[in-house]
Amino acid sequence: MRAETLPATTRTGKRARVLGIVFILTGVLIAVVFGLGAQAGVDSRLGLNPARNETFIVLPDLVLPSAGTAYALATVCMFLGGVQLARGFRTRANLVLGIVALIFVFAFLVWAARDRSLSLLGMFQSTLLRSVPITFGALAGVLCERVGVINIAIEGMLLLAAFAAAVSASVVGSLWVGLLVGAVVGGFVAWILAVLSIRYRIDQIIGGTVINIFALGMTGYLSIQFLQNNAALNDPGRFQNVAIPGLSQLPILGPVLFDQNIFVYLLFAIVAASYVGLFRTRWGLRVRAVGEHPLAADTVGIRVLFTRYRNVILGGVVAGIGGAYFTLGAVGRFEPGMTAGRGFIGLAAMIFGGWNPVGAFGAALVFGFADSLQVKLNILQVGIPQEFLGMAPYLVTIAIVAGAGRRVRPPAADGKPYIKD
Amino acid sequence: MGDTQLPPSAEDDPNASPTRTPAPPDEVAEPDIPAAVDELFATPQRTRRSRTVLLPALAVLTALALGGLLIIFTNQEALQAWAGFFRDPVRALSTSWTAVWAAYYALFSGALGSPSEIVRAIGSGDLAQFRSSLAPISETVVTATPLILVGLSVAIGFRAGLFNIGGEGQMNTGALVASAAGFSFPGLPGPVHLVLVLVAGFTGGALWGAIPGFLKAKTGAHEVITTIMLNFVAVSLVLYVLSTHFYGQQAEPVAKPVKVSYPHLFGSSLRIHFGIFVALAVAAAVAWLLNRTTVGFRFRAVGANPDAARAAGMSPSRTTILVMTLAGGIAGLAGSNQLLSVTPSLLPGFASGIGFDGIAIALLGRARPAGVVAAAFLFGALRAGGRTMQVVTQVPSDIITVIQALVIVFVAAPALVRAIYRVKARGVTGRDTFAKGWGA
Repeated sequence: MRAETLPATTRTGKRARVLGIVFILTGVLIAVVFGLGAQAGVDSRLGLNPARNETFIVLPDLVLPSAGTAYALATVCMFLGGVQLARGFRTRANLVLGIVALIFVFAFLVWAARDRSLSLLGMFQSTLLRSVPITFGALAGVLCERVGVINIAIEGMLLLAAFAAAVSASVVGSLWVGLLVGAVVGGFVAWILAVLSIRYRIDQIIGGTVINIFALGMTGYLSIQFLQNNAALNDPGRFQNVAIPGLSQLPILGPVLFDQNIFVYLLFAIVAASYVGLFRTRWGLRVRAVGEHPLAADTVGIRVLFTRYRNVILGGVVAGIGGAYFTLGAVGRFEPGMTAGRGFIGLAAMIFGGWNPVGAFGAALVFGFADSLQVKLNILQVGIPQEFLGMAPYLVTIAIVAGAGRRVRPPAADGKPYIKD
Repeated sequence: MGDTQLPPSAEDDPNASPTRTPAPPDEVAEPDIPAAVDELFATPQRTRRSRTVLLPALAVLTALALGGLLIIFTNQEALQAWAGFFRDPVRALSTSWTAVWAAYYALFSGALGSPSEIVRAIGSGDLAQFRSSLAPISETVVTATPLILVGLSVAIGFRAGLFNIGGEGQMNTGALVASAAGFSFPGLPGPVHLVLVLVAGFTGGALWGAIPGFLKAKTGAHEVITTIMLNFVAVSLVLYVLSTHFYGQQAEPVAKPVKVSYPHLFGSSLRIHFGIFVALAVAAAVAWLLNRTTVGFRFRAVGANPDAARAAGMSPSRTTILVMTLAGGIAGLAGSNQLLSVTPSLLPGFASGIGFDGIAIALLGRARPAGVVAAAFLFGALRAGGRTMQVVTQVPSDIITVIQALVIVFVAAPALVRAIYRVKARGVTGRDTFAKGWGA
């Protein structure tokens, strides 16, 4: 897209103006819809305490006047817009954009909770939980694409691993075996993708799509053939939450971060490990070299194909753990098609996160929030039809992939097979 | 250089000899543009036959064989027999054979009719009996009709380097508009109404396809992600409109039925209908568009090398939007087709599975309209037969999806099939570019 690039100054200047107008319009929207939309004298109660388990300090619930809060937040947005138009935030414009988005969401929540109470803490908890499979998928994508293999097959890996984990855990009677089997199945499927794309050099997007179709058909077939009339095969149970002593009693943070099941702790560990691994170790330098310039990597003696196989399989293992989450961490049984596009949302998180594990986790949290928001709003009955609320995670994905646009850059050799002469 | 001056591709003229030497098989570095164009459009004559017929046929056979293994290893009786393999190996083999034979015989007779029944019907000389013995073929054609359209939709995208996974969503939105057009004007004369429903379906699908096209052109958002997300959105949208007063009838999530339908071709006892001709006409139109018009050339040029296309004065972003709009419209026609034939009322899950089948069909047909039609008949047969197989032998019809995935693998990785059957590769083994990575 080099040829389309405008002179930098006009382009950023135009964008700055557009952003300023967007900020002001957001403020107007908040004032009109959420301010005028709330009756005077009505309060919104936002809960900050867990339903069970006491924390060290019991925080009071946040009680805000519904209309007043909306006007105050609207003023902040318009002020930010004015500053942006008059002076410009320059490099911090994206940060301010994020802040305005947060303000909008908060104003929306206050409006939705008018004359009622809404557990903010519960929202944080479900945000994290709903981002778990998306993050695992995104991390799998990062591991594969950093070595230059596009992995569209994450959805299929999640689905197959979810199935395998549920069945094996039911048969053996151990959740840990289920988790292990899920990870192994994820790795195995990734190996197939690796063979197809590295050895047979088939179009990697096609290869991934094939695996997705295969996963859909195979799990559908096997669950009709075996699970439908054999409930014992599909009753693995779930991992229980493990509260970390001490930490879990911190206000707000404790119940959200440290009173979760094994998948959440594994997630923290893998995000941290893959971030440090990719950007702070020799291993990561080699991995990135293979994904950016395999020929150069080969020249200095890095085994390109081996690195690609290893990382793709590693990514599959991570996706497999994410798949096991569906059955062993969330639902407690397998249902056909239960991943419902989470693998693809993970890919979007990977792109938005700039192929960086921490960024991907952050992006996944945005999706998790959209997802938990729609569930909450459905319960609160805010007058938006449930079908439209259900679209939220998918619409957010589209918006974010479009917003990330060309500003994030994939690894240079992403999707290109490497052939050693 | 204006695009009108460029020669049409040699692809559709078997007598035209390729003008350039083909690229060496293992070219990875940025290929030079003419070679890339050649590789994409002009398959050398020598290997044409083996690549277009032999390899797909072997791919289908291999996939069916692997599907057979799956049937054996998920069949209770066969598994028990295998457990006692060392005591009675013959029983293990014969039980397995029986299971696979029963399933595939049901598949075949559900797709093309049971040969013995057809012979008997001809012998009896009774027209009604003869007709009913041909019912499976009619079912195959009926199933293949929307598949042709969705396959074409995916294929157009492939030719322009775009992967349209949104067939399901576009079919849904197409049907959404078509359904409204179909039940809102009860007084219209039949043919006019029919055309109106088709146009409405095309419009609904085209709008839904234009969104990812626009996003790709303006922001670079990859169409694989946006089209899949829009599939989910479309399903929710359908659920919503079915709950409204305008679409819905009573409490059920089912729309009012469309007031017009395709005429049956051979009496109402067979479901085969006029829609197949519409689908074939669309296939012919797509072939004409891609191979004989400047617009089609632009599609293919942008697909082969957007930079070269831009240098030649074409606009890749405009082309992207146009391709996705057209692809969405054709998928929307599949939605109209269903409303005008087998499911007059829009339902939730209306298009489920057909979108993915479209991908398999476009790949198997190598994104060429004629290939798509052939592949659609094959998958129509498998789907129609799969239903019979599920009823007769309780083998879940999801196995067809598995077989489909295997077919695509073998088609996309010809080296795999060659390795299995030791088919020698002759001449160029250049591969088609179907989709592009994130950066493109």
